[in-house]
Amino acid sequence: MLNQSTGRRTRSVSYEFSAFFLRGLGKAYWRTYKERMASQTILEKLAILADAAKYDASCASSGTAKKNSLGSAKGIGSTEGMGICHAYAPDGRCISLLKILLTNHCVFDCHYCVNRKSSNVVRARFTPQEVVDLTLAFYRRNYIEGLFLSSGIVKNSDHTMEQIVEVARILREEHDFRGYIHLKTIPEADAEIVHRAGLYADRVSINVELPTDSGLTRLAPDKDARQIEGAMGRVKADLVEAKDARKRFKHAPRFAPAGQSTQMIVGADAATDADIVGKASRLYDNFRLRRVYYSAFSPIPDASAVLPLKRPPLIREHRLYQSDWLMRFYGYKPTEVMQATEADGNLPLDIDPKLAWALKFRDSFPVDVNRATKEQLLRVPGLGVKAVQKILASRRHRTLRLDDVARLTLSITKVRPFICTVDWRPVMLTDRADLRTMLAPKTEQLELFAA
Amino acid sequence: MREARSLQTMKLGTYYVVELPEPDDFEFWRERARALIQCDVPPDRIAWIEPGGSGDLFAHGERRAPVPAGDAPPVRANRRFVSLAKNAALHSDPERFALLYRLLWRLQANPRMMEDKADPDVRRIEELDKNVRRDSHKMHAFVRFRLVEDEETDGEHYVAWFEPEHHILRANAGFFMRRFANMRWSILTPQGSLHWDTETMREGPPAERADAPGGDPMEDLWRTYYASIFNPARLKIGAMLKEMPRKYWKNMPEAALIPELVAGAQKRESTMVEAGTLEFEERPETLAAIDKAIHACRKCPIGELDNQAVMGEGPQNAALMIVGEQPGDQEDQSGRPFVGPAGQLLDVHLEKAGIDRQAAYVTNTVKHFKYVQRGKRRLHQSPGAKEIDTCRWWIESERAIVQPKLVLAMGASAARGMLGKTVSISKARGSPIALEDGSELWITAHPSYLLRLEGPAREEQARLFDADLAAVKERLEELVG
Repeated sequence: MLNQSTGRRTRSVSYEFSAFFLRGLGKAYWRTYKERMASQTILEKLAILADAAKYDASCASSGTAKKNSLGSAKGIGSTEGMGICHAYAPDGRCISLLKILLTNHCVFDCHYCVNRKSSNVVRARFTPQEVVDLTLAFYRRNYIEGLFLSSGIVKNSDHTMEQIVEVARILREEHDFRGYIHLKTIPEADAEIVHRAGLYADRVSINVELPTDSGLTRLAPDKDARQIEGAMGRVKADLVEAKDARKRFKHAPRFAPAGQSTQMIVGADAATDADIVGKASRLYDNFRLRRVYYSAFSPIPDASAVLPLKRPPLIREHRLYQSDWLMRFYGYKPTEVMQATEADGNLPLDIDPKLAWALKFRDSFPVDVNRATKEQLLRVPGLGVKAVQKILASRRHRTLRLDDVARLTLSITKVRPFICTVDWRPVMLTDRADLRTMLAPKTEQLELFAA
Repeated sequence: MREARSLQTMKLGTYYVVELPEPDDFEFWRERARALIQCDVPPDRIAWIEPGGSGDLFAHGERRAPVPAGDAPPVRANRRFVSLAKNAALHSDPERFALLYRLLWRLQANPRMMEDKADPDVRRIEELDKNVRRDSHKMHAFVRFRLVEDEETDGEHYVAWFEPEHHILRANAGFFMRRFANMRWSILTPQGSLHWDTETMREGPPAERADAPGGDPMEDLWRTYYASIFNPARLKIGAMLKEMPRKYWKNMPEAALIPELVAGAQKRESTMVEAGTLEFEERPETLAAIDKAIHACRKCPIGELDNQAVMGEGPQNAALMIVGEQPGDQEDQSGRPFVGPAGQLLDVHLEKAGIDRQAAYVTNTVKHFKYVQRGKRRLHQSPGAKEIDTCRWWIESERAIVQPKLVLAMGASAARGMLGKTVSISKARGSPIALEDGSELWITAHPSYLLRLEGPAREEQARLFDADLAAVKERLEELVG
């Protein structure tokens, strides 16, 4: 924030309010502002560029190739398959990587983005070497698993992508860094540069940003849906080729062993959950994505007037993640998830999508836990993948009673209306009209969760 | 056969006491347990005692390991049991070794017992295993090294203080070794310490918090990062506490910020929401209503300046709408659009093109004059993108009433006001852009731009401006018919 008496920027937790002070400052102030930019300390830059990066949901560090630095001359770092969250912010999100932008200067003008050209936020810029030093200093102290680097577009896409790749190159080649690197790639950039990014990174990602093309045209006028999907297609081709090469040649270079992911903003345009689920499943199918992340559109400083600011739809985001899980681990088809939506095309907010589906298709229940197939058990609300595995293992040894099932699950009340055991049949329960009210969590709990 | 043999070898009434040399010594337990099973010693005849545990209660117990008969059958244990037992042995529960022995004993009779997930003993060992794995995982995550300059070896030494819940230190040495192979580091805990010098691992005695360094300058940067990556609009304290319980906070430099961040979060969020909230009421239905409403408009800071709103003017059914940027000094004083120098220049060029200004509806994108005071003069300031976007509401309302067939937007601000995005005048001029309501948008430079130029540059721009106006005139005649 600006200190009125000295005119100097005082160190503060957030730079969000600075936009308020900068707005309306005349050209006379511009020069001093520029000078201040030049003298920004690493600490100030970090505050600005981490703040600018926090709207990216992903911070995963899992699922990459195993590597460690034992036996290397100067190497540092390891990845052992399982991601590690080194801290949790009060927003409940995992802090696994140093997630920053190289710069928040941007020539694009996407309405939902805090870094868009027309936004008045304070700008900053790291050099590649500064990012490298920061990453290593944090890594050595065990603060992070690695780096997640993204950037606003400066000059042009190729130049920006080159800079991003340069950071990864210094880390990998000059410091023999063996930790996790996630690079955001720029769809408009030259394919060859993006390819190099994949050779250094564990994961690459390109954000599709909005679930519908019309939303993208309206809110991100400089982006092009076809270009984004084209870039994802090229990354997929690179992934497939590298995997194939490694089957035949042991030392073929790896290409983004943790695959590619993407992110969609939820709640900035009029897309329904059905649209979003449909888009996500097409992306999974067409581009072999590891993950589709959802990011509830949340208020940003100096927001565009096009987007009215509201509290972020966190529960909606949560329901979409649950539906994502249903498709990835529970064998639901996208069309089945869409069947769980309500008349307006959105998933119910008060109950989870699996329960919503079960309530709509009650003739599939009750399921006999002693006889049902794995697929049938996975459809029972309240039974997770692990509980199903335990049921399948246990029933080889005993005929399960309701008590046994209770021991294997978190909440038997939720499961009971949908199963039979030797000593339990939900006689009328499954058909009760008020079953939804009985099973929906109490509203107070919901509020608590939303807070 | 087995029954008969056990009757011969089992010492009825003998009570065995096994003292473990280390609380995490799984191999020692495995060796003893193997011998005891082979001698058919039932679980309730053995006391398992870890270092520091009270062995006095069992003063008369047999402390020597029994020697199994040479033909004793091998002890059977499946892979699942061994992998669970290795972790469960590290748990802080004093009953853990007894539980492991009981399970191993029962496994001899029922080799597939581990699959019975509903069995209480199986559930317990799985629980212990889970707790230990979680504790190890949290250790990988929450150990925080601090850098100290090592005087002896003249190098960097990273030292951490950590308080694990279970006996997991030794088991996790490998993780830190593989990760920080070329770094000299020490991890100090109340149960023991580990020291790695880039080549060998050394174990040390238990340590105290005071043995570890008190800080590291890099922690300021880390705290800054922690505070900045947090999105105050998504506060979810429960989710944070679930994965990062308070017991770990005291050894994490960033955790000191949490109370402050939580307390400030709601205020930061509501400030952002308020700053961005545009609560316009119903669209005004008459031009007079717009005129009244814009005078009261304070949706952006320009409205707060010492100025008055300037309403557009012209026939309500005009086929042509001319849109400028914002009122200037003279417009603000007279309350009418385009009466200052730029307006006069516009009149000249309109006349040249044969466009009747009186038949057009002339208005501005931003309704108030934005300026900075310099002595007695008020210097024009361009409106920001946010201010233009905010003010679009009014120009849209005017368009909805006048319903022009053609809109001429002069300058970048007017173009943004019409399109919602910034376009380049030189690229956009000269051809129509279809608007959603079916009308056409033509973009040209603002006449004040011409005023700022001199010589050939001005002549060139004036020529382009005239060409744009001529094209608009021609198109307008086609549209009006």
